[in-house]
Amino acid sequence: MLSTTNARAVDGDSIFQRLSFSSAILILLVLIGILISLIDGGWQALSEFGPGFVFSNEWDPVGSQFGAASAIYGTLVSSLIAIVIAIPAGLGTAIFLAELAPRWISKPVGMAIELLAAVPSIIYGMWGLFVFAPWFSEGFQFWALENLVGLPVIGAWFDGPPIGIGLLTAGLILSFMILPIITALTRDALQTIPNVVREAAYGVGATPFEVITRVLLPSIRNAAVGAGILGLGRALGETMAVAFVIGGANRIETSLFMPASSISSTIAQQFNEATNEMHISALISLGLVLFVLTFLVMGVARLLLKK
Amino acid sequence: MKLLKSVFVSSVMLAASAFALANNDTINGAGSTFAHPLYSKWAEEFRKESGIRVNYQAIGSGGGIRQITAKTVDFGASDAPLTDDKLNREGLIQFPTAMGAIVPVVNIPGVAPGAMKLTGKVLADIYLGNIKKWNDERITALNPGLNIPGQPIYVVHRSDGSGTTFTFTDYLSRVNEQWKNEIGVNTDITWPRKATTIGGNGNAGVASFVRRTRGAIGYVEYAYAKQNSLTHTQLASAEGTFLQPSMETFQAAAANADWANTSNFYLLLNNQPGANSWPITAATFILLHKDQADAAKTKSMLDFFEWSYAQGDQHAIALDYIPMPENVSVMVADSLRQLTVNGQPVSQ
Repeated sequence: MLSTTNARAVDGDSIFQRLSFSSAILILLVLIGILISLIDGGWQALSEFGPGFVFSNEWDPVGSQFGAASAIYGTLVSSLIAIVIAIPAGLGTAIFLAELAPRWISKPVGMAIELLAAVPSIIYGMWGLFVFAPWFSEGFQFWALENLVGLPVIGAWFDGPPIGIGLLTAGLILSFMILPIITALTRDALQTIPNVVREAAYGVGATPFEVITRVLLPSIRNAAVGAGILGLGRALGETMAVAFVIGGANRIETSLFMPASSISSTIAQQFNEATNEMHISALISLGLVLFVLTFLVMGVARLLLKK
Repeated sequence: MKLLKSVFVSSVMLAASAFALANNDTINGAGSTFAHPLYSKWAEEFRKESGIRVNYQAIGSGGGIRQITAKTVDFGASDAPLTDDKLNREGLIQFPTAMGAIVPVVNIPGVAPGAMKLTGKVLADIYLGNIKKWNDERITALNPGLNIPGQPIYVVHRSDGSGTTFTFTDYLSRVNEQWKNEIGVNTDITWPRKATTIGGNGNAGVASFVRRTRGAIGYVEYAYAKQNSLTHTQLASAEGTFLQPSMETFQAAAANADWANTSNFYLLLNNQPGANSWPITAATFILLHKDQADAAKTKSMLDFFEWSYAQGDQHAIALDYIPMPENVSVMVADSLRQLTVNGQPVSQ
């Protein structure tokens, strides 16, 4: 009797352990498999262009010259714009929902934000192209051309054709897309802080502002940075929404109004019609570049978190 | 347990029957997005008459070529013809099924559809960025009497790789030396940096930018320009006459094309001779393996192509495609006699 229960307990435990261990290994194997197939598929281009593939700005399917610099630039800058806008906005929304708003507001708004996270990215892309871009062109770009272009340093960012698409529009659309994730995660983190903490802070005479900035925010720091990393990851890899509004031009320009390209949008737009083997290989190499880039950006973000 | 067993058995039978269906009565094809509306219509009509199902997936010409090379589909479809060299290497044959035309579309305040005249050379200079304003004298010289504002030109192109871009850039390189030498021809190119360019995703993206950007010019398939009532331009034929895009000028281009002197139907149709030939047209092609594995399936496939040549024209015209001229269908029928099944000629 004793031995059977014992055997059972050991059995269940070890099965569970093996199961979870093998699923962890499986993810690792899939990751390595993807990496190997990317290197294999992109080898032709990588061996032809060497490190120049990452640094060259030339992407010319006709002359079979491929360099990823402009796509890397477009990916990084559009993601940066997204994160610069979405983190403060997301944090602010989360604080409002979790700490300041009455329940009858925070509940429906919170649900609306979660719904927003479930909207497919192609919808954001089409909305960006057909609704946001015309509005952005009329409502902001013409104004910026008249009033901002003369400013030192940032003036050059806004000196471009007011067509409603380009790097800045891509960054803005991305920020709308990652806002729900950042808001939802930080709001949830705020809600896990026990009320005793708030009461204690108010008890020693802190104002609501002090409670939020000195007590609550420091204690959800990790969760907030984690939310930022998740949002950044989504922004770096986002394809369809960016493809619709970035304008598909392989060049690096100071102006954020100019059309540009991102790694994932280039792959999505060109792979279907690519017939030249070097072109296909270069597109797969772009995938590898995005893989490594995401890895590096995540690594840096984690390092910042540790400090 | 019994229930489970019967569910299992019936699902196996269902899967088996689906498999049988897929094997005998279904032809799978993939490729060109341009040809998708036409092939879908043909497939639907053909199924009503023969019961044979034709599945066509619009995955892009490049994808179509990859799929037929890998033998995952029964036929591939491409907007650009393959060269003899590539066809022989993969053991493929190709033939054209229908043609389409590309028209320039503009958005210039005060300019009505069909009012502006352009030549190929000027069109290329606009796309090269050599002409940057609409009241440039190279444009006004072609359009005496037309009031053209001094709007800056925004050049709209496809940002995704596409057969439309291939045909358009092929035309530009035929009519403009600088384009031919500096830019070239492909489904996707590096657009000249001198021009102010906007990339739109698909015909819809290009149409959207042209429609709402003052001073924009773009290129779309004729069907798209017509259905969305965009402002098209006139274009000069190879002989210098100015033409409106219409089924008549497209068919004139098709009739003047010299298919008989091609090898494997390799022919890019741009700038065909004839004072009435619209200069930017292109055929779309089917790719087949010369040696087929399955006799029954090959028969169904040949039936489908034969039917589409015999009965498909009305559907093509209704969808704004240009049917192939009569003499081409005879040549295609000849070419299809090359097909073999495991080395044996196909018995018709």
